[in-house]
Amino acid sequence: MRWQRFISVLKARDREFVRDRSALAWNIAFPLLIILGFAFAFTGDQLDQYKIGVINQTEGSLIDFYEADYIHFIQIDSLEKPLAVDKVKRHQLDMLLDAQSKQYWVNDSSPAGYMLEKVLAGSGGDSYQKQVVQGEQIRYVDWLIPGVLAMNMMFSSLFGVGYVVVRYRKNGVLKRLKATPLSALEFLSAQVVSRLWLIMSITTAVYIGCDLLIGFVMVGSYLNLLLVYALGAFSMISMGLIVAARVKSEEMAGGMLNMLSWPMMFLSGVWFSLEGLHPWVQKLALIFPLTHITQAARAIMMDGAGLLAILPNLAALIIMSIIFLLLGVLLFRWE
Amino acid sequence: MRPILQVKQLHKQFHQLKAVDGISFNVEEGVCLGLLGPNGAGKTTTVEMLEGIKEPDNGSIEYRGGPLNEGFKNRAGIMFQSTALQDFITVREALVLFQQLYPKISDLQQIIDDCALSDFLDQDTAKLSGGQRQRVLLAIALVNDPDIIFLDEPTTGLDPQARHNFWQLIHKIKKQKKSIVLTTHYMDEAYELCDEIIIMDHGKIIAEGTPRNLLSKHFNDVVIQIPHSSDLESLLGSLINRGDWSFSCHQETIEILTSDVSQTIEYLLAAGILLTGLQIRERTLDDLFLELTGKELRQ
Repeated sequence: MRWQRFISVLKARDREFVRDRSALAWNIAFPLLIILGFAFAFTGDQLDQYKIGVINQTEGSLIDFYEADYIHFIQIDSLEKPLAVDKVKRHQLDMLLDAQSKQYWVNDSSPAGYMLEKVLAGSGGDSYQKQVVQGEQIRYVDWLIPGVLAMNMMFSSLFGVGYVVVRYRKNGVLKRLKATPLSALEFLSAQVVSRLWLIMSITTAVYIGCDLLIGFVMVGSYLNLLLVYALGAFSMISMGLIVAARVKSEEMAGGMLNMLSWPMMFLSGVWFSLEGLHPWVQKLALIFPLTHITQAARAIMMDGAGLLAILPNLAALIIMSIIFLLLGVLLFRWE
Repeated sequence: MRPILQVKQLHKQFHQLKAVDGISFNVEEGVCLGLLGPNGAGKTTTVEMLEGIKEPDNGSIEYRGGPLNEGFKNRAGIMFQSTALQDFITVREALVLFQQLYPKISDLQQIIDDCALSDFLDQDTAKLSGGQRQRVLLAIALVNDPDIIFLDEPTTGLDPQARHNFWQLIHKIKKQKKSIVLTTHYMDEAYELCDEIIIMDHGKIIAEGTPRNLLSKHFNDVVIQIPHSSDLESLLGSLINRGDWSFSCHQETIEILTSDVSQTIEYLLAAGILLTGLQIRERTLDDLFLELTGKELRQ
């Protein structure tokens, strides 16, 4: 590996990206527009129902309470109790009720929780023991941001490497480079590094922009978040290299990249939680790097998770990166 | 002196098509070798195997007695038939990019001057005219101070002025005693630039030598051109058995092929044919090319 050759190709690729103003602007504007759009769409009190999670509901007790209007009762498995308590902390549930242990959980900063507490007491639930939890309200947009940033990385990685290298192959750029002493490893490394730092720069800009415009929850470590996003971008750039390895037509590359990105976009938990989906869909989602990036980034930003907590996600991303990178490099053909 | 490239029994097949079928030749040091042939003759496949872009199915190519390894890549300059440069880079940046890929490099300013790139050095490579673009691609082929330069149809699509301008650049390179392998469709280009030519068809070599030797080997006649008229055509038809000559009719002229110009003109004058507008020309590589490869339309 000759560093001078690597740096020359890296600089040329960076110039190409930065000077393509429309593509650069779109890379920044696209995630910003999505996040701002969702922030406005879910602003206000559109949902006038109170939400109560119920564990171990027993027949015959609290009949009046369960029949009250404007309250949406959600049955929750007792095994998912810790998760449900977290939802009360984040104001995603206004109250959690365990009929068997006769306990209820409310967030001490939630007006809705306070109201439901009064309703419960007036409907024969005054013997229930109050458990107080604390936590800031999590808006949908707070929940959405880690995934949308990851999704933008996914598109930028897959199309920015996969599509571009195929275009180089089609218009003869690769053939011309093949005639020089430049090795495939030098060329591909330059593509990966160029795209990686550009993605990280853009993601940082979008993150700061969103924070300034709408503000969002970030309770974890910025370094951990940087690590997750960098590793995630690297794994998806490597995935793009597999598409870029041999395909000669841009149309074919576009089709393959859409085939990869669309299932990831919808099944990686970017837009909605995977909890309600069929178990095998949840398992399937684990093969996508985007799932691991979204889960890990969300855990850091919303729960302040440390590296140990997100270790399974990090390990999955590292393993995927190695497999994708090996396949991409081994399958690569200049022509 | 040992040839710079030695090609022996080169074969390349694509499915059922034998693109290159057992050709052997040498490229001598400091010589411009022209590869000529109709479309699909196997020129580009041959030159791409020489460049190390395509692997031959069989046969060998030796550069200075050794294989086509990285050393060869360092010493070869290549200009493909069609190639794109990365988007959004200027001519200067493209030259620097390619220069930095090689261990041994030429003086960039010298190349810029030789290829007359100064006027558009900071222009985006996507916004160049055809002639400017070809000059830039030639300059890129020269950035590593190559021993051997491959030019694959370098003037296709250029206007006559740009072509002549390009030829001047090739003459400059030839003066530096660099070896050149040139493929072209233009016979005048081959005649102007090449010291030796190889004519290929159906993957095989059908003629090789210096342009002058090839012409003298295949032709011992000249062409008399007379403006076309229907009377003339019928008159010539009646004279056809009176000498060692033949004629062919074209849209504007009638061409008479003869090895004895004086005798043929005597016949024409005796037959009362007006010789106004008569021209005599020697046989050209165009004639040779058509004679050897036929006149039928190729795909």
